Amino acid sequence: MSMEQLIDKYFRPGRLPHIWCPGCGNGIVTGAIVKAIDKLALEKDSVAVISGIGCSSRASGYLDFNTVHSAHGRALPVATGVKLADPSLNVVVVTGDGDATAIGGNHLIHAARRNIDMTVVLYNNSIYGMTGGQYSPMTPYGSKATTAPYATIEHDFDIAELAKAAGATFVARATTFHTQLLVDLIAKGIQHKGFSIIEAVSACPISFGRQNKLGGPADMMKWQRDHAVMLPAWNKLTEEQRSGKFPIGLLYEVTDRKEYTEAYDELIARAQGGNK
Amino acid sequence: MSLKIITNRCKGCGICAAFCPKQVLAVNEVEKIEAVAEENCIKCGQCEMRCPDYAIFVEK
Repeated sequence: MSMEQLIDKYFRPGRLPHIWCPGCGNGIVTGAIVKAIDKLALEKDSVAVISGIGCSSRASGYLDFNTVHSAHGRALPVATGVKLADPSLNVVVVTGDGDATAIGGNHLIHAARRNIDMTVVLYNNSIYGMTGGQYSPMTPYGSKATTAPYATIEHDFDIAELAKAAGATFVARATTFHTQLLVDLIAKGIQHKGFSIIEAVSACPISFGRQNKLGGPADMMKWQRDHAVMLPAWNKLTEEQRSGKFPIGLLYEVTDRKEYTEAYDELIARAQGGNK
Repeated sequence: MSLKIITNRCKGCGICAAFCPKQVLAVNEVEKIEAVAEENCIKCGQCEMRCPDYAIFVEK
């Protein structure tokens, strides 16, 4: 299916153009989600897309699946409810760096800890874009923001390490430049039984790029190309060579940790003495 | 015609023009993308893959 047919098939008719700014990477990430779902040949009704609040979270309104546009930071609790109500659904959570790691930070670590089967696509544009460029917990250290005119003195989260430590069983990262990798990782994340998180490094040229003089949209994508390193190559780099760069690819995957809805069903059966 | 441009979706960000290996595309004075040298298009699909607005498609 051509990309144009994919858009016609999986987007709600009449909703485009979307509200994202010129050059915003969110459209590329949303396109990648659609391509991944198409690659897996999932029925539209078998997919639930849950989002919080923020630029990225607008995506659920454009997509023609079962969708919920929930409250700020609360996409994961809503998704947990949806998944428990119908464990056969493929639950995809669309969230941003601020939504997932600040307002919804607690929900993120606990959903990861439970290893509930869902796929979180975290659009990391390094900033709160919609509200005017305030720094988020994932704004790189030393960057400027409207709330940090002298540059932020707070260190940023490495979401991959955080999710891994919290108990996520599938952790990956790609960028909007590495489109095909992003599609493949989202598809793998959906197939993975357990809590999957894919960080999609996305450019915000208007609210982040301008304040930090990072150039135009294409320059920010070239920055991704020049600073992201595929995991096998990353593993061979020295600490010095790694400075300023970040790894992409499938960073972590384990399959021996019990999935939550499965454990929940077993618990019900046990509580009912096998008479479910 | 191998390039299909949906003008009302285009926001003129210029990503497609920057990544086009044959300089086929350019942002015009009303900040929309335009095929200025379509005869050079090799249908590589970079523009379609990178467009964040689903505004340009390569018809093969």
